[in-house]
Amino acid sequence: MNRAAWLAVLGAALVALPWVAGEFYVNLTSQILIATVFAASINLLLGYGGLPTLGHAAYVGVAAYVSALLYLKLGLAHWLSAPIALIGTTLMACAFGWIALRATGLGFLMLTLALSQVLWGTAYRWVSMTDGDNGLRGLTRPSPFGISLDGATAFYYFALAVTVASIWLMAKFVASPFGAALQGTRDQPRRMSALGHNVGLIRWLAFVYSGFWGAVAGLLFVYYHKYIHPISLSLTNSAEGLLAVIAGGPGTLAGPIVGATIVMLLKNYVSTYIERWNMLLGFVFVLIIVFMPAGLVPGVRRWWAVWRARRT
Amino acid sequence: MQFWVIQTLNSLALGGLLFLLSSGFSLIFGLMRIANLTHGALFMLGAYLGVSILRFVPNLWIAALLGGLAVAVFGGLLERFLLRKLAGNVLGQVLVTLGIAFIIADACLVIWGGDPIPVPTPQALQQPLRLWGFAFPSYRLAVVGIAVAAAIGLYLLMERTRLGAMIRAGVDDMQMARAVGIPVSKLFTIVFCLGAALAGAGGILGGPMLSAYPGLDADMLPLALIIVMLGGVGSLIGAFVGSFIIGFIYTFGVALLPDLAYVILFLPMIFVIAFRPRGLFGRFAA
Amino acid sequence: MTFALEIAGLHKAFGGLPAINGVSLGVSAGERRLIIGPNGAGKTTLFNLVTGDLAADAGAVRLFGQEVSRLMPYQRAHLGIARTYQIITLFGRDTLEHNVVLSLLGLAPERWQAFRPLARYGHLRAEARRVLQTVGLDQLAGRPTGEVSYGERRRLEIAMALAQQPKLLLLDEPFAGLSREERVAMKQLVGQIPREVTVVLIEHDMDTALDLAERITVLHYGSVIVEGSRAEVVADPKTKEVYLGD
Repeated sequence: MNRAAWLAVLGAALVALPWVAGEFYVNLTSQILIATVFAASINLLLGYGGLPTLGHAAYVGVAAYVSALLYLKLGLAHWLSAPIALIGTTLMACAFGWIALRATGLGFLMLTLALSQVLWGTAYRWVSMTDGDNGLRGLTRPSPFGISLDGATAFYYFALAVTVASIWLMAKFVASPFGAALQGTRDQPRRMSALGHNVGLIRWLAFVYSGFWGAVAGLLFVYYHKYIHPISLSLTNSAEGLLAVIAGGPGTLAGPIVGATIVMLLKNYVSTYIERWNMLLGFVFVLIIVFMPAGLVPGVRRWWAVWRARRT
Repeated sequence: MQFWVIQTLNSLALGGLLFLLSSGFSLIFGLMRIANLTHGALFMLGAYLGVSILRFVPNLWIAALLGGLAVAVFGGLLERFLLRKLAGNVLGQVLVTLGIAFIIADACLVIWGGDPIPVPTPQALQQPLRLWGFAFPSYRLAVVGIAVAAAIGLYLLMERTRLGAMIRAGVDDMQMARAVGIPVSKLFTIVFCLGAALAGAGGILGGPMLSAYPGLDADMLPLALIIVMLGGVGSLIGAFVGSFIIGFIYTFGVALLPDLAYVILFLPMIFVIAFRPRGLFGRFAA
Repeated sequence: MTFALEIAGLHKAFGGLPAINGVSLGVSAGERRLIIGPNGAGKTTLFNLVTGDLAADAGAVRLFGQEVSRLMPYQRAHLGIARTYQIITLFGRDTLEHNVVLSLLGLAPERWQAFRPLARYGHLRAEARRVLQTVGLDQLAGRPTGEVSYGERRRLEIAMALAQQPKLLLLDEPFAGLSREERVAMKQLVGQIPREVTVVLIEHDMDTALDLAERITVLHYGSVIVEGSRAEVVADPKTKEVYLGD
């Protein structure tokens, strides 16, 4: 009962937002939604699969660049370029996943990082394609069913719909037999092998699925900003996503939502007062890992359970 | 022909720098099982500190020594007060080093500004060495020499000293090493300081070639990762061989195919990992 | 005659140290085989070679005549091998029922389903409860594994292995750490395993496991020292020699 009530309240608040808040807050929430999809995609791997990835910005960036380039160089409409970008990025995730999963634990982390950094460097240097440090501008937002998304409110509802759909699908995934098997490989990979589960294949499929949702976040990102720059592929971006997952609490569905909100609010607040976002990000990382390693959502849940136990 | 000679020497020199960078990373990973993501930032910190030291002591070699020492101290503090607290939390340690890397990078930006700072080549080495009709940039020769000397020094340390024996024992089997009474905590701090010193010194020694600029850390870190994955974790030979392979690929890649140099960079790593997950000389898979 | 499990000339060395030194043995279908030997004799290493957790340096492992030496552990599970572990490796945060469900999923085609909720698969949960009942744990089905006693966790290990309906069951020190009453219960459990299942037991402690075994293999420093029926092995002087220095 509790959970459904919370969801209903949250849902109502989100739907009503454009009527009660100004354009700035609507746009901010759109950005939070995009960050949520990104963080949720990382959570699939880290929280549910036990595979820490530091290169997830690669999927955001590649999907964004592919979409941008298909429009700028080939003039493709969005209903064509979107699926191509998604499929292309997912294929890249297939290849990257195969490479990265040749190692486990730290080796996996380092491989995802190296692969992502290489793409980041390429985005800067392959000037003929990406225009390097200038980024690609002059992009457009799609018009699903002929409705223009150029207005803040229209885009917000689009992003909200996509985010809700993605979280819903991920929730299904996590609750499914495959999801249970994935979590099993996180907890006891050797035992899962002995039981007959193909741990390597399970992890690879999770990797690819996670990359797909990263690509979805990437499309939302490029549609929102109508601009893409190599910095979106940076380690800082991957780290922000990872921080959102860790801060919110990995392995829960609410975690990425809470974490992404915190990180985005922090980022927005900080950039108006201090210029040192990277340094703050670093400090927040260190503080959270040292003092609150399980993240906020489990912490709050525990506190809530203790409080309710005390009342009865 | 001169072009190929220059590029070869550039490759060797870059390889030498990369060895200073990656040997420390490999040791730290091999012994402490920590993927030290601060390593690129330590390299950059060494470069910037060296720049400042040079303003007072216009001798690059002394600057490298002092800079390396300063970064070693910093590394020691990091290990002692932060990483040790997270013993057993492998992912936590990695992420903390990432956080510290961000902090260092931003701090360098604040202190030294956003423009690249060139580092002058030592006067004695400014004239090229003319041999067999070719002109060899002297400083790059010196860097190769230093890297080889460092490699020999590390080899002797690992194979001929008690400290080295303890490190090797720890890399092979940590539990056994503890059981026979090796002071693991002290060893960890020493190795971390050593790795940091190498990275820091490498940063300033690389100054005349690379300069000190914001983003040096982000350029160096993936190279260190690729080298260690390619060469094998915890293996000095692996770091040595890997550094020069990557040095060559990067230099010739940038010279011949600048747009795709980065892509070519990780091809050997993929190739090796695909067929041999523990790298060329590694004792175990990362 | 095809053995259920046949090991031929198995070798495995770690670094320079030989852990398994040319071991050959054959276990008939339905047999109860006990492998004993002092610590470090290589018993668990042998199990790991049979399940595929370790790759042998030389030699072959055959399951009902089929060569499995090149197969991965999960593939061997599909051919009918199940095992328990010396150190408990259960899914501590999950309920007993969920643990068995994960075991059932390992061989079920449903494990690739990524949309329909696991909770809807009633037949899996029913089967899990049935298996838990055979080991006497059905009352605790809904409890997290972390909250039940050590003896109950050991029984859960057996349940998970039985859930796979294996042809060959490898039990790695199933009595380890159990109290006297728990040992009796466990002995009864093992004794009730149906005859279609071939059972190979590792035990360090001879007394408890002796009654369960029909044939016994004694390992020492990675080699087979004595092999035969219970009576033969007990009488053999080499057996006493191996255990005397223990």
